[in-house]
Amino acid sequence: MTDHALASARPARRRRLPLVAALTLVLAAGALTALAIGPFRLSLPEVLAALTGRAGGQAEVVIWNIRLPRVLAAMLVGAALAAAGASYQVLFRNPLVSPDILGVSSGAALGAVCGIFLSLPMIAIQGFAFLGGLAAVSLVIFIAQAVRGVDQTLVLVLTGVVMGALAGAATSLLKVMADPYDQLPAITFWLLGSLARTTSADLGLVLPSVALGLVPLILLRWRINLLSLGDDEARALGVDAPKLRLLVIAAATLITASVVAIAGVVGWVGLVIPHIARMLVGPSFATLLPVSAIIGAGYLLLVDTLSRTMATIEIPLGILTAVLGAPFFLYLLARGRRGWA
Amino acid sequence: MIRSLFTVALIALLAQSAAAQSPRIVTDSAGRQVELPERIETVFAAGPPAAILLYVMAPDRMLGWPRANRPDEREFLAQPYADLPELGTLTDQGGEANLERVVALEPNLILDFGSVRDTYVDLANRVQAQTGIPYVLIDGRFENTPTALRLLGEILGIPERGETLAADAEATFARIDALLADIPEAYRPRAYLARRPDGLESGVVGSINTEILERAGGINVLGRSAAARGLVQVSFEALLAADPDVIVTWDRQFHESHRDDPLWSRMRAVQEGNVHLSPVLPFGWIDRPPSLNRIIGLDWMATVFFPDRYQIDLRERTRDFYRLWYHIDLSEDQLARLLP
Repeated sequence: MTDHALASARPARRRRLPLVAALTLVLAAGALTALAIGPFRLSLPEVLAALTGRAGGQAEVVIWNIRLPRVLAAMLVGAALAAAGASYQVLFRNPLVSPDILGVSSGAALGAVCGIFLSLPMIAIQGFAFLGGLAAVSLVIFIAQAVRGVDQTLVLVLTGVVMGALAGAATSLLKVMADPYDQLPAITFWLLGSLARTTSADLGLVLPSVALGLVPLILLRWRINLLSLGDDEARALGVDAPKLRLLVIAAATLITASVVAIAGVVGWVGLVIPHIARMLVGPSFATLLPVSAIIGAGYLLLVDTLSRTMATIEIPLGILTAVLGAPFFLYLLARGRRGWA
Repeated sequence: MIRSLFTVALIALLAQSAAAQSPRIVTDSAGRQVELPERIETVFAAGPPAAILLYVMAPDRMLGWPRANRPDEREFLAQPYADLPELGTLTDQGGEANLERVVALEPNLILDFGSVRDTYVDLANRVQAQTGIPYVLIDGRFENTPTALRLLGEILGIPERGETLAADAEATFARIDALLADIPEAYRPRAYLARRPDGLESGVVGSINTEILERAGGINVLGRSAAARGLVQVSFEALLAADPDVIVTWDRQFHESHRDDPLWSRMRAVQEGNVHLSPVLPFGWIDRPPSLNRIIGLDWMATVFFPDRYQIDLRERTRDFYRLWYHIDLSEDQLARLLP
């Protein structure tokens, strides 16, 4: 790492600190508000009482067993997807990339649908989803490595698209064969994403693997930023681009597969949120990563709160993220590429 | 003296309230041991089949329906239960009820009726752990109907009601068995259950949606399939080749249009006028949902399959069934609309 690259990036960080602090505060306030909102009516003092264990009875059941795990899960999933999306976008130097680009979501979906199709317990469905996501991306990387002499990025993306299509076909086949009364609705619901069933046990299950993926990204964020310059420039600055790229893919995939396992396929977050972050703090990955994660956490918190309060029934997350995310994305496209350096 | 009397009274009082609160342990169809309160006043039905089971057993314990009833359905349900609110479902069937809403309703029990496979056992355990509300799973296979009714009767503390309905279900099964005992395989109709307006969706042998065909003595023309176990798309060509004797459907649109359809009108069953529309109010008679609403459908279908041999007054049976199971007295007009 050269002093030049650091020197140009570090002053920016100082200016961004107040912004990051402000966003974190907003997120914390949002989380507290979300805890106080729900079909089971609780005032803010009651929520605080329940949180400190002084309320007892049903209020504590609602807050500790239902609402808190869900609020935390929404923030975790949103932050993870946005961070993975930002990583992939820097990696491929393309703003249209989302965490699904290498097939992690399609692979995870296929895994989960297999689990539902076999009527397995929830933990096995989650495990299948996690492994399915990892397997799909591993296969993509393996194939891309085997194909030599062509543009590596192009091969990766194309193989990812092919893998996604294959996994999608297999998922559709299982849907055709599934029992329409007890399996098909479960499959459909899972493919649209939901946190309706999240327990604190689920959170404990995915937290380690999300952290395992997130920590290298945070530690290496300065180096990863250099990837956006292109391989040759990165090499000139002393970064082993291919190795670093593989590491970023592994980390982002681990993060995505983990959260998809508990939340199902939640689209759009990984695509749209990094754009918003970029508009706020510019393209430098070092600040883009934490800001994306915070905004992503807030966005999914908002979406999930809507999902559980808008109607008597739960509205799948995928529907809401698309309804809110798609118009915004079109707006970004219409504005041209100003947000992308 | 007074003090010791007081103590005795206090102990007696405590003992009494402890007896009233003493939990019962019930084993559900999945083998789960569930601790239940002595009295169960309110029950949350996790899905449509459970809602029907609860409605026939004890409508006064209902909190609502998975989805609000349509006006035409309400007419065939007893008041005030017909107008109970929509609560959604817990079993992933199209829309989920919010767990908080379930807790806010404070049901004494959550009831699910249907598959007792691992996914559902797991769901039951999770919801029970999260909400602290006992969650009971009852096996919803058609053949299990009498057992299911008795089990719920025991759970709700109304064993007589469970016994009455179980006896009626058993009598229906026995009636069909007696009828079929005399009818060799060769004389049984080869039947097809048409779903959707185009009539080209059905189930293979083993599918829960078409199992009533076989239970009523028909032979499913689609036979078994190695690949599918649920609903399947049927090609018209294959159906023409299979050449069913009887076609049954609950889809009014299909029933109205099939005669004028250039393809369907070529089917032998259509030309012979052997296409039968099953009643669907307040719940489907042969499917939709595949729950114990099919008990009356069994009588209907046996009449369709064996009009000369099945000795039953279907109108009288329908009237009795709706009174016993659905808590309503059918008017002549209603009966005429169910069985034209």
